[in-house]
Amino acid sequence: MEIYAFVLLAVLAIASALGMILSKNTVNSALLLVLNLLSLAGVYLLLQAQFLAIIQILVYAGAIMVLFLFVIMLLNLDEEKTLFDKIRAKYVVAFLLGVVILGQILYSLGGVTDMLPELSPDMEFAGTVEALGDVLYTDYLFVFEMTAILLTAAVVGAIMIAQYKTKDKGDTE
Amino acid sequence: MIEIDWYLALSAIIFTIGMIGVLIRRNAIVIFMCVELMLNAVNLSLIAFSAYHGDVTGQILVFFSLAVAAAEAVIGLAIILAIFRNNLSVDITKVNLLRW
Repeated sequence: MEIYAFVLLAVLAIASALGMILSKNTVNSALLLVLNLLSLAGVYLLLQAQFLAIIQILVYAGAIMVLFLFVIMLLNLDEEKTLFDKIRAKYVVAFLLGVVILGQILYSLGGVTDMLPELSPDMEFAGTVEALGDVLYTDYLFVFEMTAILLTAAVVGAIMIAQYKTKDKGDTE
Repeated sequence: MIEIDWYLALSAIIFTIGMIGVLIRRNAIVIFMCVELMLNAVNLSLIAFSAYHGDVTGQILVFFSLAVAAAEAVIGLAIILAIFRNNLSVDITKVNLLRW
Protein backbone atom coordinates (compact mmCIF):
# COMPACT_ATOMS: atom_id res chain seq x y z
CA MET A 1 0.00 0.00 0.00
CA GLU A 2 2.69 2.43 1.03
CA ILE A 3 4.77 1.55 -2.00
CA TYR A 4 1.88 2.35 -4.38
CA ALA A 5 1.45 5.75 -2.78
CA PHE A 6 5.18 6.40 -3.09
CA VAL A 7 5.29 5.38 -6.77
CA LEU A 8 2.24 7.51 -7.56
CA LEU A 9 3.65 10.58 -5.79
CA ALA A 10 7.13 10.09 -7.26
CA VAL A 11 5.80 9.79 -10.82
CA LEU A 12 3.63 12.86 -10.25
CA ALA A 13 6.58 14.84 -8.86
CA ILE A 14 8.96 13.91 -11.69
CA ALA A 15 6.34 14.45 -14.41
CA SER A 16 5.36 17.87 -13.07
CA ALA A 17 9.02 18.87 -12.70
CA LEU A 18 9.71 17.87 -16.32
CA GLY A 19 6.57 19.67 -17.45
CA MET A 20 7.69 22.74 -15.55
CA ILE A 21 11.05 23.09 -17.28
CA LEU A 22 9.58 22.27 -20.71
CA SER A 23 6.49 24.51 -20.60
CA LYS A 24 6.57 27.62 -22.75
CA ASN A 25 3.97 29.44 -20.70
CA THR A 26 5.35 30.84 -17.43
CA VAL A 27 2.01 30.58 -15.63
CA ASN A 28 1.80 26.88 -16.54
CA SER A 29 5.31 26.42 -15.19
CA ALA A 30 4.32 28.00 -11.89
CA LEU A 31 1.18 25.86 -11.59
CA LEU A 32 3.13 22.69 -12.38
CA LEU A 33 5.63 23.68 -9.68
CA VAL A 34 2.69 23.91 -7.25
CA LEU A 35 1.71 20.37 -8.26
CA ASN A 36 5.30 19.24 -7.69
CA LEU A 37 5.36 20.84 -4.23
CA LEU A 38 2.05 19.21 -3.31
CA SER A 39 3.26 15.76 -4.33
CA LEU A 40 6.49 16.31 -2.37
CA ALA A 41 4.31 17.19 0.62
CA GLY A 42 2.66 13.81 0.14
CA VAL A 43 6.09 12.16 0.19
CA TYR A 44 6.83 14.01 3.45
CA LEU A 45 3.66 12.50 4.87
CA LEU A 46 4.91 9.03 3.90
CA LEU A 47 8.09 9.87 5.84
CA GLN A 48 6.01 10.74 8.94
CA ALA A 49 6.92 14.43 8.78
CA GLN A 50 3.39 15.74 9.27
CA PHE A 51 4.29 19.25 10.40
CA LEU A 52 6.66 19.87 7.50
CA ALA A 53 4.08 18.54 5.01
CA ILE A 54 1.58 21.14 6.24
CA ILE A 55 4.23 23.86 6.26
CA GLN A 56 5.25 22.89 2.73
CA ILE A 57 1.67 23.36 1.52
CA LEU A 58 1.04 26.55 3.48
CA VAL A 59 4.34 28.36 2.94
CA TYR A 60 5.64 27.00 -0.36
CA ALA A 61 2.58 26.08 -2.39
CA GLY A 62 0.60 28.87 -0.73
CA ALA A 63 2.64 31.96 0.02
CA ILE A 64 5.73 31.66 -2.17
CA MET A 65 3.95 30.44 -5.28
CA VAL A 66 1.28 33.13 -4.93
CA LEU A 67 4.14 35.63 -4.88
CA PHE A 68 5.57 34.06 -8.03
CA LEU A 69 2.21 34.11 -9.81
CA PHE A 70 1.68 37.70 -8.70
CA VAL A 71 4.99 38.77 -10.23
CA ILE A 72 4.27 36.82 -13.44
CA MET A 73 0.88 38.54 -13.78
CA LEU A 74 2.46 41.91 -12.93
CA LEU A 75 5.11 41.60 -15.63
CA ASN A 76 2.52 40.30 -18.14
CA LEU A 77 5.02 38.19 -20.07
CA ASP A 78 4.34 36.76 -23.50
CA GLU A 79 4.77 33.08 -24.18
CA GLU A 80 8.22 32.18 -25.35
CA LYS A 81 8.02 31.42 -29.05
CA THR A 82 10.81 28.89 -29.16
CA LEU A 83 12.07 26.94 -26.22
CA PHE A 84 15.01 25.51 -28.12
CA ASP A 85 16.45 28.09 -30.49
CA LYS A 86 19.48 27.80 -32.73
CA ILE A 87 22.15 27.48 -30.03
CA ARG A 88 22.21 23.70 -29.99
CA ALA A 89 25.53 23.04 -28.22
CA LYS A 90 24.31 24.71 -25.04
CA TYR A 91 21.41 22.30 -24.65
CA VAL A 92 23.53 19.26 -25.42
CA VAL A 93 26.04 20.32 -22.78
CA ALA A 94 23.23 20.97 -20.29
CA PHE A 95 21.68 17.53 -20.79
CA LEU A 96 25.06 15.78 -20.70
CA LEU A 97 25.96 17.59 -17.48
CA GLY A 98 22.60 16.63 -15.98
CA VAL A 99 23.01 12.98 -16.92
CA VAL A 100 26.59 12.92 -15.59
CA ILE A 101 25.59 14.45 -12.25
CA LEU A 102 22.58 12.16 -11.87
CA GLY A 103 24.75 9.16 -12.66
CA GLN A 104 27.35 10.31 -10.19
CA ILE A 105 24.82 10.73 -7.37
CA LEU A 106 23.15 7.40 -8.09
CA TYR A 107 26.52 5.64 -8.38
CA SER A 108 27.72 6.99 -5.04
CA LEU A 109 24.32 6.03 -3.59
CA GLY A 110 24.76 2.49 -4.87
CA GLY A 111 28.15 2.30 -3.18
CA VAL A 112 26.78 2.93 0.31
CA THR A 113 23.41 1.29 -0.10
CA ASP A 114 23.98 -1.44 2.51
CA MET A 115 25.20 1.11 5.10
CA LEU A 116 22.06 3.25 4.96
CA PRO A 117 19.80 3.16 8.01
CA GLU A 118 16.50 1.34 8.32
CA LEU A 119 13.30 3.18 9.16
CA SER A 120 13.45 4.09 12.80
CA PRO A 121 10.46 2.93 14.90
CA ASP A 122 10.28 6.08 17.06
CA MET A 123 9.58 8.19 13.95
CA GLU A 124 5.84 8.20 14.65
CA PHE A 125 6.38 10.82 17.34
CA ALA A 126 9.32 12.73 15.85
CA GLY A 127 7.47 14.59 13.10
CA THR A 128 4.68 16.09 15.17
CA VAL A 129 4.40 19.75 16.11
CA GLU A 130 5.15 18.95 19.76
CA ALA A 131 8.38 17.09 19.06
CA LEU A 132 9.59 19.67 16.57
CA GLY A 133 8.67 22.64 18.74
CA ASP A 134 10.33 21.04 21.73
CA VAL A 135 13.69 20.97 19.97
CA LEU A 136 13.16 24.20 18.05
CA TYR A 137 12.52 26.37 21.11
CA THR A 138 15.27 24.87 23.27
CA ASP A 139 18.35 23.81 21.30
CA TYR A 140 17.77 25.99 18.26
CA LEU A 141 16.29 29.10 19.89
CA PHE A 142 19.14 31.38 18.80
CA VAL A 143 18.96 30.19 15.19
CA PHE A 144 15.20 30.68 15.28
CA GLU A 145 15.61 34.31 16.35
CA MET A 146 18.24 34.84 13.66
CA THR A 147 15.69 33.59 11.13
CA ALA A 148 13.33 36.34 12.26
CA ILE A 149 16.06 38.94 11.67
CA LEU A 150 16.80 37.39 8.26
CA LEU A 151 13.15 37.61 7.19
CA THR A 152 12.90 41.23 8.34
CA ALA A 153 16.07 42.12 6.44
CA ALA A 154 14.74 40.34 3.35
CA VAL A 155 11.48 42.30 3.40
CA VAL A 156 13.26 45.63 3.86
CA GLY A 157 15.77 44.74 1.15
CA ALA A 158 13.04 43.70 -1.28
CA ILE A 159 11.26 47.02 -0.80
CA MET A 160 14.53 48.89 -1.29
CA ILE A 161 15.32 47.00 -4.52
CA ALA A 162 11.87 46.96 -6.07
CA GLN A 163 10.62 50.48 -5.40
CA TYR A 164 10.76 53.26 -7.93
CA LYS A 165 13.49 55.78 -7.34
CA THR A 166 11.21 58.62 -6.26
CA LYS A 167 14.08 61.03 -5.62
CA ASP A 168 14.94 61.29 -9.33
CA LYS A 169 11.52 62.55 -10.28
CA GLY A 170 11.83 66.06 -8.92
CA ASP A 171 13.05 68.27 -6.10
CA THR A 172 9.85 68.48 -4.14
CA GLU A 173 11.62 68.13 -0.80
CA MET B 1 8.44 -1.16 3.37
CA ILE B 2 10.31 1.32 1.21
CA GLU B 3 14.09 1.53 1.48
CA ILE B 4 15.64 4.97 1.95
CA ASP B 5 17.42 4.58 -1.40
CA TRP B 6 14.21 5.29 -3.28
CA TYR B 7 13.68 8.59 -1.54
CA LEU B 8 17.28 9.59 -2.18
CA ALA B 9 16.99 8.56 -5.84
CA LEU B 10 13.80 10.60 -6.22
CA SER B 11 15.60 13.55 -4.62
CA ALA B 12 18.54 13.15 -7.04
CA ILE B 13 16.24 12.98 -10.07
CA ILE B 14 14.32 16.12 -9.08
CA PHE B 15 17.56 17.93 -8.32
CA THR B 16 18.92 17.04 -11.77
CA ILE B 17 15.73 18.17 -13.50
CA GLY B 18 16.01 21.49 -11.68
CA MET B 19 19.65 21.83 -12.69
CA ILE B 20 18.92 21.13 -16.35
CA GLY B 21 16.11 23.68 -16.16
CA VAL B 22 18.49 26.33 -14.81
CA LEU B 23 20.90 25.61 -17.65
CA ILE B 24 18.47 25.54 -20.61
CA ARG B 25 15.84 28.17 -19.79
CA ARG B 26 16.25 31.87 -20.56
CA ASN B 27 13.27 33.23 -18.66
CA ALA B 28 14.59 34.51 -15.33
CA ILE B 29 11.39 33.62 -13.46
CA VAL B 30 11.48 30.01 -14.66
CA ILE B 31 15.17 29.76 -13.72
CA PHE B 32 14.22 31.01 -10.28
CA MET B 33 11.48 28.38 -9.97
CA CYS B 34 14.01 25.72 -10.97
CA VAL B 35 16.20 26.85 -8.08
CA GLU B 36 13.21 26.37 -5.78
CA LEU B 37 12.84 22.86 -7.23
CA MET B 38 16.47 22.06 -6.38
CA LEU B 39 16.00 23.38 -2.84
CA ASN B 40 12.99 21.10 -2.46
CA ALA B 41 14.91 18.08 -3.69
CA VAL B 42 17.54 18.64 -1.01
CA ASN B 43 14.80 19.12 1.60
CA LEU B 44 13.39 15.74 0.61
CA SER B 45 16.69 13.96 1.20
CA LEU B 46 17.11 15.75 4.55
CA ILE B 47 13.67 14.60 5.67
CA ALA B 48 14.35 11.05 4.44
CA PHE B 49 17.55 10.84 6.49
CA SER B 50 15.79 12.41 9.46
CA ALA B 51 13.02 9.82 9.32
CA TYR B 52 15.33 6.86 8.87
CA HIS B 53 17.65 7.93 11.69
CA GLY B 54 14.75 8.76 14.00
CA ASP B 55 16.40 12.12 14.67
CA VAL B 56 14.34 15.30 14.47
CA THR B 57 17.32 17.57 13.71
CA GLY B 58 17.00 17.03 9.97
CA GLN B 59 13.46 18.34 10.05
CA ILE B 60 14.60 21.41 12.00
CA LEU B 61 17.13 22.02 9.24
CA VAL B 62 14.36 21.78 6.62
CA PHE B 63 12.34 24.28 8.66
CA PHE B 64 15.17 26.82 8.49
CA SER B 65 15.74 26.03 4.84
CA LEU B 66 12.08 26.91 4.18
CA ALA B 67 12.55 30.25 5.94
CA VAL B 68 15.67 30.99 3.89
CA ALA B 69 13.84 29.96 0.70
CA ALA B 70 11.07 32.44 1.53
CA ALA B 71 13.61 35.23 2.03
CA GLU B 72 15.40 34.23 -1.16
CA ALA B 73 12.16 34.23 -3.15
CA VAL B 74 11.29 37.74 -1.98
CA ILE B 75 14.72 39.17 -2.80
CA GLY B 76 14.99 37.31 -6.11
CA LEU B 77 11.60 38.48 -7.33
CA ALA B 78 12.48 42.04 -6.35
CA ILE B 79 15.68 41.77 -8.40
CA ILE B 80 13.71 40.34 -11.36
CA LEU B 81 11.29 43.28 -11.08
CA ALA B 82 14.22 45.71 -11.13
CA ILE B 83 15.71 43.96 -14.19
CA PHE B 84 12.34 44.08 -15.94
CA ARG B 85 12.05 47.78 -15.24
CA ASN B 86 15.42 48.43 -16.88
CA ASN B 87 15.24 46.00 -19.82
CA LEU B 88 11.48 45.51 -20.35
CA SER B 89 12.26 41.78 -20.54
CA VAL B 90 13.17 38.97 -18.19
CA ASP B 91 15.24 37.18 -20.84
CA ILE B 92 18.61 36.69 -19.18
CA THR B 93 20.47 36.65 -22.50
CA LYS B 94 19.53 40.31 -22.82
CA VAL B 95 21.06 41.17 -19.45
CA ASN B 96 24.58 41.75 -20.73
CA LEU B 97 25.70 44.96 -19.06
CA LEU B 98 28.64 43.30 -17.33
CA ARG B 99 29.43 40.88 -20.14
CA TRP B 100 32.41 41.34 -22.41
